[in-house]
Amino acid sequence: MISATGSPGFINNFLESLGRRTSGFLAEVGSVLIFLIQTLRWTFSRPFYAKSVLKQMELIGFNSIPVVLTTALSTGMVLALQSYTGFKRFGAETLIGTVVSLSMTRELGPVLTGLMVAGRAGAAMAAELGTMRVTEQIDALTTLATNPMKYLVVPRFIASTVMMFFLTVLGMIIGITGGYFVGVKVLDTNPVTYINNSIDFTEVTDIWYGLIKALVFGAVVGLIGCYKGFHTEGGAEGVGKATTGAVVVSCMLILILDYFLSALLW
Amino acid sequence: MAMIEIIDLHKSFGKLAVLRGVNLTVEKGESVTVIGGSGSGKSVLIKHIIGLLFPDKGRVIVDGQVLNDLDEFGLNELRKKFGMLFQMAALFDSLSVWENVGFSLKQHTKLSDKEIREIATQKLALVGLKDVEDKMPSELSGGMKKRVGLARAIAMDPAIILYDEPTTGLDPIAADSINDLIVDLRKKLGVTSVAITHDMHSAYKISDRIAVLYKGEILETGSPDQIRNTTNPIVHQFITGSAVGPITAE
Repeated sequence: MISATGSPGFINNFLESLGRRTSGFLAEVGSVLIFLIQTLRWTFSRPFYAKSVLKQMELIGFNSIPVVLTTALSTGMVLALQSYTGFKRFGAETLIGTVVSLSMTRELGPVLTGLMVAGRAGAAMAAELGTMRVTEQIDALTTLATNPMKYLVVPRFIASTVMMFFLTVLGMIIGITGGYFVGVKVLDTNPVTYINNSIDFTEVTDIWYGLIKALVFGAVVGLIGCYKGFHTEGGAEGVGKATTGAVVVSCMLILILDYFLSALLW
Repeated sequence: MAMIEIIDLHKSFGKLAVLRGVNLTVEKGESVTVIGGSGSGKSVLIKHIIGLLFPDKGRVIVDGQVLNDLDEFGLNELRKKFGMLFQMAALFDSLSVWENVGFSLKQHTKLSDKEIREIATQKLALVGLKDVEDKMPSELSGGMKKRVGLARAIAMDPAIILYDEPTTGLDPIAADSINDLIVDLRKKLGVTSVAITHDMHSAYKISDRIAVLYKGEILETGSPDQIRNTTNPIVHQFITGSAVGPITAE
């Protein structure tokens, strides 16, 4: 006798649901890729909306500075504190600087900045464009013979990519400074050794690897924020879903891509 | 001479067939209103005329050009001949009133901001608004938003104006003043107009001809008087707004 959960009907339903979800997921991936290609196409064609790009740089970059500073400072300080606890057990306290520098440049600087900007600016992009979609403002742009991809998406995409680079530089500097403060001023390690170890074991390529990640994460946040906003359906509920979706998908992609980029830039 | 020709237009969304072979011609300078109930396909139809949607089958010809055959550049050039008033005005939240009205001029001409503002002020005066140039859309009433939307629609002196439910969401007095404005603008500018609405008072007032859209097809066309005196039971039920008849509420 076949149990209820083991019946052919249950298996059919399960497979049907799995197939539907897989097909929906693949369709969404395809749609995002087409959106990316269109964005890149319009990024390099006239007209260029320089003022709009600068405005978005302010909104995405400048306005994200407080949250990025707080996160980087906290992370750098905690990292120094925790490393000290571990390293002290085998007398390697002088390596705190190395750990903080390498972690902040290669990994935590770009990833944490990416996650913070995704939560703040990515959500804002999705909400703004989503509202424009449901109130027909995007259609209005089209009827006014203005390409909405060019006018709305491209400036946000460029601004997000460029500003993520600079925010990550800032995050790295502040994180390392925070680590130095805790390592030297609080935990009383030798400042010269701390700085020497930081510089000696951190190479320029470590910084570049982190900044390459930042550029990719910036593009992801801009792309997904705009994609979700652009494809919003329904009213206020749709805008809410788009906003949540933008943050969740951006964060997931940042974490997934982080592994592959780390493997690639080993 | 036909300004707009819609030939055997079909459009489906998934399994839902919204337009099932619409045929409609709008002559140059004519004012045609498409009426129909909710879900009859009016909005989908008007979106095809300006290339916001494209047909699954059939053709839309505007001023001799087949919309389906145009590339992005060609479409945008054709769209410059249009002005469109949206149901909820669709003003850009982040721009002031004069920037909204002058948006097309900013994008498609080399006029200075000062010149654009002057033209915007003129267009706003044409729709009965003054001293609102620096206001933001959020500071305007529903009727004022529609007027600003109309001023934006006529900013580039279009040959065709599309009205998507021009009186929806307005009180009866504000709605009638929008009707008067549409009639007045047509007299002054001599434009071709296509409106979609389910407001019969508006349809009778602004139209040379009315087309009735029902279940994705044009059921009847005629002058306002002909539609008023229709013998078609479906059209009669719709224009009299009766709950009893062949059309059942969804």
